[in-house]
Amino acid sequence: MHLSKEEEAILVGEAGEGRRWAMELLVALGDIFGAEDLVPIRSAQLAGVSYKTIGEAGLRWLQDVSRISVVSVPSMLNPTGMDSHRWEEMGVDRAFAQKQRSILRAYNRMGVELTCTCTPYLIGHLPAFGDHLAWSESSAVCYANSVLGARTNREGGPSALAAAIIGKTARYGLHLDENRKATAVVEVDAGGKHVDWGSLGVLVGKELGTSVPYFKGIAPMPDDMKALGAAMAASGAIALYHVEDVTPEAQAALEGATHLQTIHIDQTALSEVREGLTGAIPDRVDLVALGCPHLSLEEVEDIASRLRGKDPRPDGPQLWVCTSREVKKRAKEAVKEIERFGKVLTDTCMVVAPVERIATTTATNSGKAACYLPMQAFCSQRVVYGSTAELLDLVAE
Amino acid sequence: MRALPPDGDSIAAPARGPLRLPGRTISRGVATGEALVLEAPLSFLGGIDPATGRVKDRATGAFNKTVRGRVLVFPTGKGSTVGSYVIYQLKVNGKGPVAIVNETTETIVATGAILAKIPLVDRIDIGRIRTGDRVTVDGDAGEVVVVRGKGGD
Repeated sequence: MHLSKEEEAILVGEAGEGRRWAMELLVALGDIFGAEDLVPIRSAQLAGVSYKTIGEAGLRWLQDVSRISVVSVPSMLNPTGMDSHRWEEMGVDRAFAQKQRSILRAYNRMGVELTCTCTPYLIGHLPAFGDHLAWSESSAVCYANSVLGARTNREGGPSALAAAIIGKTARYGLHLDENRKATAVVEVDAGGKHVDWGSLGVLVGKELGTSVPYFKGIAPMPDDMKALGAAMAASGAIALYHVEDVTPEAQAALEGATHLQTIHIDQTALSEVREGLTGAIPDRVDLVALGCPHLSLEEVEDIASRLRGKDPRPDGPQLWVCTSREVKKRAKEAVKEIERFGKVLTDTCMVVAPVERIATTTATNSGKAACYLPMQAFCSQRVVYGSTAELLDLVAE
Repeated sequence: MRALPPDGDSIAAPARGPLRLPGRTISRGVATGEALVLEAPLSFLGGIDPATGRVKDRATGAFNKTVRGRVLVFPTGKGSTVGSYVIYQLKVNGKGPVAIVNETTETIVATGAILAKIPLVDRIDIGRIRTGDRVTVDGDAGEVVVVRGKGGD
């Protein structure tokens, strides 16, 4: 890998240990993946925030790093394990809250913005077409690459932090034109019906793993692509996809491509996936959780409008509506409406919060959440998967 | 390299010798242990309990088996990018694998292995390795050496 004189100096420790370790990790990854050099990044987005996911070992590591390192480009944080203000109402215990605060302090000390969202692109951190990034939350990565045409690999939490500190990342993978071409075609025939984006994403992620899918036959809106990409990144490791006539690189994605593997998906296949995502009896739900990824302003307002004129069901499940602090601030009226039925939470979600201590059955409309919630070493939930309308019927009448 | 009989050929005696598989260095260091082979891509987050080192993903075909002290063999990583931290936690908690072998390593598993100083070699045909085999992962040379375990053929 070719390094500039300045980069070499950082690597041998002339800029201090706080930059040396970061450069060492970036160069190691660059060498592994055949990068020719480092590329400057516009921003970093850091996963590895919830105490539930990184644990005591992760907390200590971050504290050590925060004593010696600072970030050098705009850096945003992923959701944490709790709403910073309403954690007690969520059922999060004090010990967890203290650990969670320590993690946030460590990131803050390094100069990371405590955005605490998986949708930074909805709150003013909108990358431009062609920007190089080091983002790490898998749904944000998928959105930035596919919908915005920015360029980022699926960074691991620590490698995104290393990139944030150096302000650069190794130029490999999706930073290069040749790796952004479609490697498989997905023909969707939903029979003219509304497409269940979560089920479609779960199916394609499972079938195609790490490919770059090119979709035909769908016309998703941005919020639909948020859901689709999140599900593919959770059931598989998809970081970039294209949609014919919709996403910015779709045309370029097929140039020079021959004999691509094609899969066909019809309504029957989608229904099967949808049924498979539900593993519990719908009338015994503890928690209805919306907002994985974090909801957009339009989605929050849509939920409020569906609830208007209705009443909370007596003995109904809890309702969590998860979004970013910024969207909640902009959606004041809608929030008031939703709060008649449950909580509009910020900074966190049903996946990274300690939901396993709060509920045993959770209902979600997210393909991504439906992948993570049942995992035993993580959320241990029985899952009910349904549309927004079906889920709101559980809490409102 | 000498030719080797295909897997499952129980008659061919030369298969008793160590099987040397050249690959690519991801994380340096050398370690030996008993192989635990997973049949499916792994999300460390949710797929392995960092407190116990036990596999919690049924699709791997190794549900509830421990990765502690083993050479963990799986095709590739998937799912959450927080997986790097889970690998690091396993190591700090003393529940981690001594080495990892992949068909294709992606950034998340690579980062975790480098951070946790767990030797990792990829570009290995993992179909040649079985659970119970004694495996040496040489992360410095980029090589994996397999000795058939008693449970093998």
